[in-house]
Amino acid sequence: MPARSRRGQKSAGPGPIVPAQSIAGRSLTIVVAIMSFLACLTLGAVSLVRDASLDWQSDIVREITIQVRPVEGVDTDAEAAKASAIATAVPGVASARALSSWENAQLLEPWLGSGLDMSDLPIPRLIVVELSDPDGVDLAALSAQLQQGVKGASLDDHRSWTDRLKTMANATVIIGFSILALVFVATVLSVVFATRGAMASNRDIVAVLHYVGAEASFTAREFQRHFLLLGLKGGLCGAAGATILFAVLSFFIGRSVATPEGDQVSALFGRFAIGPTGYLGALAIAILIAIMTAITSRLTVYRHLASIE
Amino acid sequence: MIRFENVGLRYGMGAEVLRDLSFQIAPKSFQFLTGPSGAGKSTLLRLLFLSLKPTRGLITVFDRDVASLPKTELPSLRRRIGVVFQDFRLLDHLTTFENVALPLRVLGREEASYRADVIELLKWVGLGDRVQALPPVLSGGEKQRAAIARALIGQPEILLADEPTGNVDPPLAKRLLRLFVELNRLGTSVVIATHDIGLMNQFDARRLVLHEGRLSIYD
Repeated sequence: MPARSRRGQKSAGPGPIVPAQSIAGRSLTIVVAIMSFLACLTLGAVSLVRDASLDWQSDIVREITIQVRPVEGVDTDAEAAKASAIATAVPGVASARALSSWENAQLLEPWLGSGLDMSDLPIPRLIVVELSDPDGVDLAALSAQLQQGVKGASLDDHRSWTDRLKTMANATVIIGFSILALVFVATVLSVVFATRGAMASNRDIVAVLHYVGAEASFTAREFQRHFLLLGLKGGLCGAAGATILFAVLSFFIGRSVATPEGDQVSALFGRFAIGPTGYLGALAIAILIAIMTAITSRLTVYRHLASIE
Repeated sequence: MIRFENVGLRYGMGAEVLRDLSFQIAPKSFQFLTGPSGAGKSTLLRLLFLSLKPTRGLITVFDRDVASLPKTELPSLRRRIGVVFQDFRLLDHLTTFENVALPLRVLGREEASYRADVIELLKWVGLGDRVQALPPVLSGGEKQRAAIARALIGQPEILLADEPTGNVDPPLAKRLLRLFVELNRLGTSVVIATHDIGLMNQFDARRLVLHEGRLSIYD
């Protein structure tokens, strides 16, 4: 809008029919920015939880464990080596590695304490099998082969854990999407009501345009353009705020990765990065809110015109 | 130009505020519309500029029956009618020039194509030195003249003015009346709604007198 002097004069050039700056317009921009920020934050959190749950599932599915229990008169180490060989020969298995006695001791340390001589205890040997193609591995056949060929061997494919985790992760994602849907509904309603409020102060302009013979489409276009810009401004501010917040959190969590708290957060949420999908989602939310603002203003113009005709 | 036949109007289920109005507004005619406050002058003006539809009777505007007129055709008919509102209805964020040019701007015309016409009209109504002023700094009389200029810029065939002298002192009222008379001489029909008898006595013209919703005509 061209600058105006105190004496009520303005510089040359036609001013916009809908005033660019108004208290109602500024309030609408703030409401849109806040709702866009909250919607983007929810979207980011949901995408974070979904990615994390997918990571947990794929990590667990990619690993199975063979347990070789000590059997009287049988060399457990030899049996463990045999089990490793059987597992490695199965298609879809990347590697099979028996844990050393030291690694076994490390696993038991929280329960049995340190400095204990493990050789006297009947501790099973564990073989960690990494799968390159979890779907291509015939786990039932591998289990049968192990039971036939290796004394005291059993296969733990973590299926019960994976199933439980999958159920939990799916529930978390469903709850997340439900919250996202609620936030979207709240955003839509807030934006619609705030736009209507801002439009109320422009009713005189709509009436004047109507009486000087403006087509309804002309009036609607003027307001739609104005409110699209307001919505875009607010929406992008909110989305940028949420994006910056995620970037800052990601940075601080990345820095604290060596600390116990940082490791816990990393274990749960990875690097706390929302990724390109999250950023594109934030941009989409900002644009969606701007379009919603514009459409509401257009409908309000038509409704107001219908009421004065 | 505009013809009313047995026109009646009521708001909702209330009593009729206008009853059995039958009259014509001829091309190049001049008339005062008068009557006591609450007689229905503003309602009749709204019927004249197509802002209301009658509950009964027939209104034809430029040979078109208002009752059967599609909404899409209303703006083009409205552009042939200039309206001056009692409260001016100028947009405070636009300059006098922009306010007056609004009827041309809504047609999608470029400023360069109408700039000279608007300036000339502003000079004609005595606002040549207030072209870039915003309405809040204009006096009541200046606002009134800006509103008249806005009503005239599209060269309407009929001008409707609602209490155009209601907010100005007698000398300015006289000056505005001269403006309307001159406009009428140039070929525009004029309807001035007023309850200012002094103003009506200054110019001998047809009087449409509304009383309790009924119209009496004094040619």
